[in-house]
Amino acid sequence: MSPAAGCTACDSCLRRGYLVGHLAGHIAGLLDRPHGRVTGLLALPDEKLVEAVAGEHTDDARAFLEDFDAAQARTSVERSGVVAVCRHDPGYPAQLENLADAPRVLFVKGQGDLASMSGPDPGVAVVGARRASAYGLEVARELGRGLGVAGVTVVSGLALGIDAQAHRGCLEGAGTPVAVLACGPDIPYPRTNRRLYERICERGLVITELPPGQRAFRWSFPARNRIMAGLARMTVVVEAAEPSGSLITSDFATQLGRPVGAVPGQVTSSRAAGSNALLKDGATFITSAEEVLDELFGSHRPRSRSGPGQEQVGSLPAADPVQALLLEAVEAGLGVDGACAHSGLPIHEVRAGLSRLEASGHVNRDALGIYRRAAAR
Amino acid sequence: MLASIPTFALVGVDSQEVTVEVDVRRGLPAFTLVGLPDAAVREARERVRAALLNSSLDFPLQRLTANLAPASMRKAGPSFDLALALGVLAASGQVPSEAVGGTAVCGELSLSGALRPVRGALATALGARAAGYERLIVPAENASEAALADGLEVLPVPSLQRLADHLHGRWKPEPACPHPVRSDRGPDAPDLADVRGQADAKRALEIAAAGGHNLLMVGPPGAGKTMVARRLPGILPPPSFDEALEITRIHGVAGLGDGRLAAERPFRAPHHTISPSGLVGGGSHPRPGEITLAHRGVLFLDEVAEFSRGALEALRQPLEDGFAEITRGQRSLTFPARTMLIAACNPCPCARPAGDCRCNDVDRLRYSRRLSGPLLDRIDLVCQAAAPPAAELVDQQGETLERSSAIRERVIAARERQCHRLSGSGAYCNADMDGRLTRRHGALGDRAVQRLLGSVEQGGLTGRGHDRVLRLARTIADLAGRPCISPAHLEEALGYRLASPVGIAA
Repeated sequence: MSPAAGCTACDSCLRRGYLVGHLAGHIAGLLDRPHGRVTGLLALPDEKLVEAVAGEHTDDARAFLEDFDAAQARTSVERSGVVAVCRHDPGYPAQLENLADAPRVLFVKGQGDLASMSGPDPGVAVVGARRASAYGLEVARELGRGLGVAGVTVVSGLALGIDAQAHRGCLEGAGTPVAVLACGPDIPYPRTNRRLYERICERGLVITELPPGQRAFRWSFPARNRIMAGLARMTVVVEAAEPSGSLITSDFATQLGRPVGAVPGQVTSSRAAGSNALLKDGATFITSAEEVLDELFGSHRPRSRSGPGQEQVGSLPAADPVQALLLEAVEAGLGVDGACAHSGLPIHEVRAGLSRLEASGHVNRDALGIYRRAAAR
Repeated sequence: MLASIPTFALVGVDSQEVTVEVDVRRGLPAFTLVGLPDAAVREARERVRAALLNSSLDFPLQRLTANLAPASMRKAGPSFDLALALGVLAASGQVPSEAVGGTAVCGELSLSGALRPVRGALATALGARAAGYERLIVPAENASEAALADGLEVLPVPSLQRLADHLHGRWKPEPACPHPVRSDRGPDAPDLADVRGQADAKRALEIAAAGGHNLLMVGPPGAGKTMVARRLPGILPPPSFDEALEITRIHGVAGLGDGRLAAERPFRAPHHTISPSGLVGGGSHPRPGEITLAHRGVLFLDEVAEFSRGALEALRQPLEDGFAEITRGQRSLTFPARTMLIAACNPCPCARPAGDCRCNDVDRLRYSRRLSGPLLDRIDLVCQAAAPPAAELVDQQGETLERSSAIRERVIAARERQCHRLSGSGAYCNADMDGRLTRRHGALGDRAVQRLLGSVEQGGLTGRGHDRVLRLARTIADLAGRPCISPAHLEEALGYRLASPVGIAA
């Protein structure tokens, strides 16, 4: 499904999509809780939905339904470079049908191929906190990269933190990133990730159930989480507090009977409380992209595809005990002076050795030059 | 009768000749002062009157007009008192006017007729020498500072009465000579041998000193960043005579210093609440800022992330050019500002030790962004300062750590190599090298070239960062006394370079 194919959605589904957009403000009025779910509401047929949410504006909403001009809507969809795909379309991802309230129409932007989403190699959702730790960000990027290299689509929500890192990793691994937004497909939200949004459009897909130009509402975030869970064959939570949007996504995945994985976090950190709780409840223990692949395809699947981002970390020369000592010092957070004491080397050799470790990808530095162990690849 | 007496006004850190003309003629007793005087100068009339009368001299009950020429320049401060009093004496015939020829004066008067010291005696003396005067009469307290300008006879005078005696030939002041330069560093001078641990910071300090590079120290509070930075002047080469004269002149203008020739480079550590004009100079009568006071020495910015954005922005041009240009109203002044910058900050905004830190990556990134931009562009090295373990503070009594004087010898040797290599290019140390000079002098072995190119291609280094690493590697090779940069030098330089944030950029 490329943009050239135009707007293939049927009139009634298209009208439904625009109706949800029209009622978005009213739905927001009904739900005052931050993570309120709209599962029931969005499953209702058009008329019932209007009755349920429009309240005193019911007449207005009915008039909207009657006056809906499909041709005009198609033009505006096409003008914003978006494709609308409805449930009756062969390109509609079949796995979404498992959702009780599957969106009738999806608005899709980007150069990727929507059909591949329903193929035998569907995506993995990698989700997590916006305010994440350095560790979480790094793991998310590594997971995205590993999955991208293996040719698995990475689905996430373009949010700050874990989501964005998963997308970035996937782009680095030359994979197909899929971003599911809580607003119209033509709006890069949050704006900080504008450049990332553009790169995803170039290489992957941006998917949403809301029509172009529609802004995000609080309710539309949990609502898009159900689409992420529905699209992906597996959901991996990297770092999530309790409660959090990522846990909503994993709940949806559980309800759909799809596997859920979680990356272990620090037990003392509230930022990882949600993901650790998932592990306790039996989520798959994920430490690398390989483990995700094992879960999806069994443990002996021949895989790997050549592509950029696949370059391996130079292996630590076992014969070089100095490098090993320095690495130990960095792992223990001893700092440069500590590494000096630990290895017994003069400072200029320690600095040079750390540079070699950095060049080989074993350690990296933050903005103020503090060394830390790079995530194992 | 008319008399004109030369004196000098401070303009920035230089002095400009001002002629005080006094006209005494018959009329109603009055004392008029013209020539754009400020309040302190206008008040000079009262001081002059009282000082003359208290020195058993006459204040003529006639019409007095005094003009400070050039009349277009604003005059400030009390240093014109002595010239005014002498003008009144000469114009009223109380001292022979031929005795005044070829002599410039400066000094503030007390009501008793005693002379008080003024700021900027050395700047005044250098101005007088340049303007061709043979003698300069100064208050006794200023004499040794003014006498640093050789080729000028500096006459210390304690009071107005003595001055009159001198001009009548009844008393002869002893020409002043400068205080002897304080001999070498005293035993109490801060020494790097006092600092335990801090291997990384000490090494970075040595490299920074050897190449004139600006340095950023990152470490928790109490780790000893200030202590290490304070010891940088002790490992820098001692100032040459001309440099020492510049330092003494600037400090004299600012009212610091003790009138001796500076034996050590200055170390200035302004607090982070300082205003932009406090840092680079300013005010309606512009005074030198901290960066000028640190000229030929070290400017230390502790908690650099807490400085106001405006203050850090203001540092950009002086750090780039080696002087600070201040424009106020109709005039603009240039202050010298050739200084080494040492900045220090905490590893994260909460400033707690690593174990207790609750900052996340976003907080850290935001914190490091406060430093970003123009200032970081001028910083070649980043080092870590870690609080040494308690054991290291007390143990090892027997062990002797390297003294500053030993490190200074290495630094001087490295600087001489640079001087030799860079002679005629306009640069004096490796930090002054531009991209072209860096590439010309950064001779690399084959393997080293490839490695560096490799890391550039990985996106780890920008073009500017590439030059910076090469400059730093050049200094490390100079310290080691090697003509070529070896891979080990380059690797060490890469370790100190400023990394771009990892894993955050899109």
